[in-house]
Amino acid sequence: MKQDTIAAIATGMTNSGIGIIRVSGEEAFSIIDKIYRSKGNKILSKEKSHTIHYGYIYDGEDMVDEVLVSVMRAPRTYTGENTVEINCHGGLFIVQKVLEVVLKYGARMAEPGEFSKRGFLNGKMDLSKAEAVMDLIHSKSEYAYKNSLNQLKGNLFAKIKECREKLIYEIAFIESALDDPEHIDINGYSEKLKITVKELEKIIGKLIDSSMNGKIIKEGIKTVIVGKPNAGKSSLLNVLLGEERAIVTDIEGTTRDVLEESVNLGGIKLVIMDTAGIRDTEDIVEKIGVEKAKDHVKNADFIMYVVDSSKPLDENDNEIFQMLKDKKSLVLLNKMDLNTVVTEDEIKRKTESEVISISAKENIGIDVLTEKIKNMFLHGEIDFNEDIMITNLRHKNLLEEALESLKMVEQSIENNMPEDFYSIDLMSAYAALGYIIGEEVEEDLVDEIFSKFCMGK
Amino acid sequence: MPVLEKSCDVVVVGAGHAGCEAALAAARLGLETVIFTVSVDSIALMPCNPNIGGSSKGHLVREIDALGGEMGKNIDKTFIQSKMLNVSKGPAVHSLRAQADKAEYSRSMRNVLEAQEHLTIKQAEVTDIIVEDGNITGVKTFTGTIYHCKAAVLCTGTYLKARCLTGESITHTGPNGLQAANYLTDSLKANGIEMFRFKTGTPARMDKNSIDFSKMEAQYGDERIVPFSFSTNPEDVQKEQIACYLTYTNEETHEIIRNNLDRSPIYAGIIEGTGPRYCPSIEDKVVKFADKNRHQVFLEPEGIHTNEWYVGGMSSSLPEDVQEMMYHTVPGLENAKIVRNAYAIEYDCINARQLNPTLEFKNIKGLFSGGQFNGSSGYEEAAAQGLIAGINASLKILGREMIVLDRSEAYIGVLIDDLVTKENREPYRMMTSRAEYRLLLRQDNADMRLSEKGHEIGLISQEQYDLLIKRKKEIAEEINRLEHTNVGANEEVQSLLRQYNSTELKSGTTLAELIRRPELNYDLLAPIDKKRTNTDYRVAEQVNISIKYKGYIDRQLKQVEQYKKLENKKIPENFDYDKVGSLRIEARQKLKLFQPVSIGQASRISGVSPADISVLLVYMEQYRGK
Repeated sequence: MKQDTIAAIATGMTNSGIGIIRVSGEEAFSIIDKIYRSKGNKILSKEKSHTIHYGYIYDGEDMVDEVLVSVMRAPRTYTGENTVEINCHGGLFIVQKVLEVVLKYGARMAEPGEFSKRGFLNGKMDLSKAEAVMDLIHSKSEYAYKNSLNQLKGNLFAKIKECREKLIYEIAFIESALDDPEHIDINGYSEKLKITVKELEKIIGKLIDSSMNGKIIKEGIKTVIVGKPNAGKSSLLNVLLGEERAIVTDIEGTTRDVLEESVNLGGIKLVIMDTAGIRDTEDIVEKIGVEKAKDHVKNADFIMYVVDSSKPLDENDNEIFQMLKDKKSLVLLNKMDLNTVVTEDEIKRKTESEVISISAKENIGIDVLTEKIKNMFLHGEIDFNEDIMITNLRHKNLLEEALESLKMVEQSIENNMPEDFYSIDLMSAYAALGYIIGEEVEEDLVDEIFSKFCMGK
Repeated sequence: MPVLEKSCDVVVVGAGHAGCEAALAAARLGLETVIFTVSVDSIALMPCNPNIGGSSKGHLVREIDALGGEMGKNIDKTFIQSKMLNVSKGPAVHSLRAQADKAEYSRSMRNVLEAQEHLTIKQAEVTDIIVEDGNITGVKTFTGTIYHCKAAVLCTGTYLKARCLTGESITHTGPNGLQAANYLTDSLKANGIEMFRFKTGTPARMDKNSIDFSKMEAQYGDERIVPFSFSTNPEDVQKEQIACYLTYTNEETHEIIRNNLDRSPIYAGIIEGTGPRYCPSIEDKVVKFADKNRHQVFLEPEGIHTNEWYVGGMSSSLPEDVQEMMYHTVPGLENAKIVRNAYAIEYDCINARQLNPTLEFKNIKGLFSGGQFNGSSGYEEAAAQGLIAGINASLKILGREMIVLDRSEAYIGVLIDDLVTKENREPYRMMTSRAEYRLLLRQDNADMRLSEKGHEIGLISQEQYDLLIKRKKEIAEEINRLEHTNVGANEEVQSLLRQYNSTELKSGTTLAELIRRPELNYDLLAPIDKKRTNTDYRVAEQVNISIKYKGYIDRQLKQVEQYKKLENKKIPENFDYDKVGSLRIEARQKLKLFQPVSIGQASRISGVSPADISVLLVYMEQYRGK
C-alpha cells in the first residue's frame, strides 16, 4: 500500500539529551535530501540502507541543528517503508524545530499510532501486537480529539468557527450561482471575495504567528512572577503576553481573582499563575507581598522574581531569596533604564539563581530572558507531555494548509481565473480548518446553498 | 383460473427516462427484454419542466451518451432551443441545456424502443415481484400474468401510490392524471424493502394565446448550437429556435400567497412526503426568502404543436382559485388562461441505502432499480441510473463483471455513490458542487472519460471507439508539441501579444506557457504557431484546457490518487463487523446497515470516524491474512 509520508517525534519529551524525529513513507528520502547537508555533500537517498550519517539540518539557508541521520530502506524497517531517523539535540525547542522543517518539506504529521499501524499493514507485526495497536489507535484518537476540544475552548475555537462560516457562505454563493446561473448573478464578485479572502488570511496568519510563538504544549510550566509592589510585575506580564494572543486560557474560579494566562517564549509555554494577583497588587500599596509569594512559590515549577533595581534590597527580599533556593528560578533586575541602586553582583551574593537585568517597560532584556528560559529548557529540566504537543503542532499545520489554500484563491483571482476555480481552494481551506475543530465537510455546503440562496424551478 | 406465464431475460418496470435507458441497454446487449408501462402513450414522458440538461445535468446527459445511452441523441433530434450555460466560467461548469418539444421527445424515444431488437413493450401494471431464495425470478402483473426473468429493473418513477394535490382537492393518480401503481409497494415491503415517501411539484401550464409576451424579456438560444451527443454531427442541429421569456413575481403575488398559506396542503400538514429544497414551490420561496421582493419566472414552450407554456419558477400546490389570483399578478400573465393547474405529487420510493453501487439490491439478487424510485429527481438523474441498472442487470446475466463508476470518473459515479451511501431525506438532485473532482469531470471530455468503458460493455461501436482512440493520441501529441515548441521575442510574437494586451516577452518561452496566460488561448496563438497542423476543434478544445489549467488539473489528479487508495480497498461481502472489537458502537451500527463495498465508501458514511476507518483497515489486513 502506497501512502503519503509521515513524521513525528519518536522520543519522549523528557530529560533526554537527544531527540529523534522519525520520517516514514515514499518521500522520506527526497525530503531528507532537501534538508540535510554535510561537509562531503552526501546525498542520503543514495547511501546504503541502515547507515548513519553526520551532518546538519537546514531550513533553506538557515542551519537548524547538528544531527546524525539514520537511513533505512524498505522493507527492513519498523513501518516497512523507507524510513529516516534524525537524531538531534534534545529539548523540546530543537526537536520541534527539526520536525517543523521536515513537515515543511513535504511530510505530514503522523496520527497517533500511525507508525505502528503502517508497520502492521506492511506485515511487520503479528496479530497480538496488532490488537494492541488498534486499541492504541483508538484510545489515542479519542484522547487527541478530547484534548483538542479542551484546548480550543475559547478564542481560537470561536475564531476558526467564524472563518469557516465566512468561507462556506462564499463557497455556497459561488456554487449556487454555478448551479443556477439564471437565478443568481456572480459577475463582479471576485473583487468582493478578494477582500474577504485577505481578511481571512490575516486572521489565520495571526493564529499561525501566535502558535509559532509556541502555543505548543498545553500544560506549560507553572510559573509565578513575584516581587514587591511596583517592582514591575505587571509590566513584565504585559510584555510577555504580547498584544493579540490566540490562546489565553481563562480558568475562572468562583471569583475573578483566580486567573492564569499562558505565555510562550521561543516554543516554551509558561502558564503564569495568579495574574489577577499581580495586577491587583500593582496599584495598591499593600503589605501581603511576601506572604502571598510564599504561597505561590510552593506550587510553582518556575519562578521569576522581579526586583526593582532603583530601590535598595530589604528583609523581604532576603526572605524570598531563601524561598528560591530549591526552585527553578530567575531573578529579574528590573528598571535597568532608571538609576539603579542594586547591582547584579549584589544579588548573586545572596542567591544561586541567575540574574538578568531588564526593563519591562522599555522591553529591554526580554530576549536574554527568553534565551535563559530556553537554555533551562534545553537541558531537559522540565517534563512535558508529548501527545499534547503533537495535537498542537497538528493545528498549526492545518492552519498553514488553510492559509496556503487561501493564497491560491487570491492567486486565482489575480490571474482572472473563472469563479468556479475559487471554490476548489476555498473548500480545501474550509476542510483544513474543519479538521482543527473536529468538524468534517459532509453536507455543509449543500445545506448552506439551500438555506441561504433561493434557487430552482 | 389458468395463469398465463411468459419468460424473458430482463424485465424493466416503468418506461420513463430510467426505464427507457435500462431496457435499451439490456436489449442492445442481446438480452430478451420486456418493458412495462401503465400507458404506452407515456413512454419517456416529461411531466414537469420542458428541458433536458442544465448545470451538472448536462454533464450527466453527456456521460450517458458516452456510455452508449439514448437521452443525448433523442434530445438532439427534438430540441427547440439550446444554450450552453456558464460560458463565462471555467470549462468544468459549462453545461448544455436544451428546451424539448415534449411530445416529440416522447414520440421519438418510443420509436427507438419500438425499433429495438430483443425489446418488447407491454402496457400493464406490475403488482408483485417474485423472489425465491433471495433471487428475483419474475414479476406478476395486475391481470395475473407471470413473467419469469433472470433480472428485473424497477423504474417506477413517481407512480407508486401516487397522490396529486391541488389545494384541498386530491386525486390518487400519477403525473398528468395517469394511473397510479397501487400494489407494488406492498409486494416490495413484503420482501423486506424499506420505503420512503417523497413529494415534488410542478407549476401550471398556460395558454400561449392568453400570455402577453410584450411585458416579458425574451431569452434566446445560442447562435451556434452544440449537440448533446458525441455522435451527432454539429451541422445537423443548426436550426431555427424558439424563444423563452422572463418575468417576475411581485409583492402582490407574495401577499396573495401569504394570505392563503393555510390552504396549502404542505403548510396545512396534509402532505406527508419530503420535498426537495432545490426546487421549492413558490409558497416555499415566499416563506423562506421573505426578504426577496421578487422571484424570477421563466415562460417556456412545451412544444411546437401545442399552445401550452410552462411557468418555470412557480410550482405550487395551492388551491385552484388561489392559483388563478396568484398567476394573474405576474406581468404578462394578467389574463392568462390556465390549461393545467399546478400540483404537488407524493409517491413511494426506496431508501437507496439498500442498494449496492451497482444498483442491485443487497438482499435480493438480480433485482436492480433506477430513477426517482431510488429517491432522486430529474430526468437526467433518472436516465443515468436507468442506464447503469440496465447495463449491470445484463452484465450479471451474461456472467460478466458489473460496472461501478467512482466519484473521480463521472458525475454518474457521484450521483450513485451519494444515493447509496448518504442518508437522503429528500429527492436528490445532481449539483456541480457535489462533484469534488469536477475539474476532471467536464462535459467536454465525457467521451474521453467513459467511451472506452462503453465500448467494453458493448454499447459503443467499434467505429466510434477507433475515432476516440485516434483523437486521444492526437491530443497527447499536440500537447507535447506545444510544451516543447519555443518561441522567441521576435516582432511577430510581440505584436501578437500586444494585440491581446499580454505582456511582451523578455526572452524565449514555449507556446504552452503562452497558452497559460489568462488573456491567451490555443486558438489565438495560431498565427505564431507555424508548425500547427491540427484542424479538429475537439482536439483544440482538449489541448487548450489541458494546458491552460494544468496546475489545477494536476492538483485534482493528486487528490484522486489519494481517494483511489481507500476506494480500492474492498470490504468482503458479509464482513462481520461484530468481530471488530475496537469499533465504536455507532460506527458498527452504521456499517452493518450500509454494508459498504470499500473502505472508501465506509469513510463517507456519516457517523463513521477516521479512527474507525483505521481500525477497520487493520482488521481487514488481518482478515486477508487468514
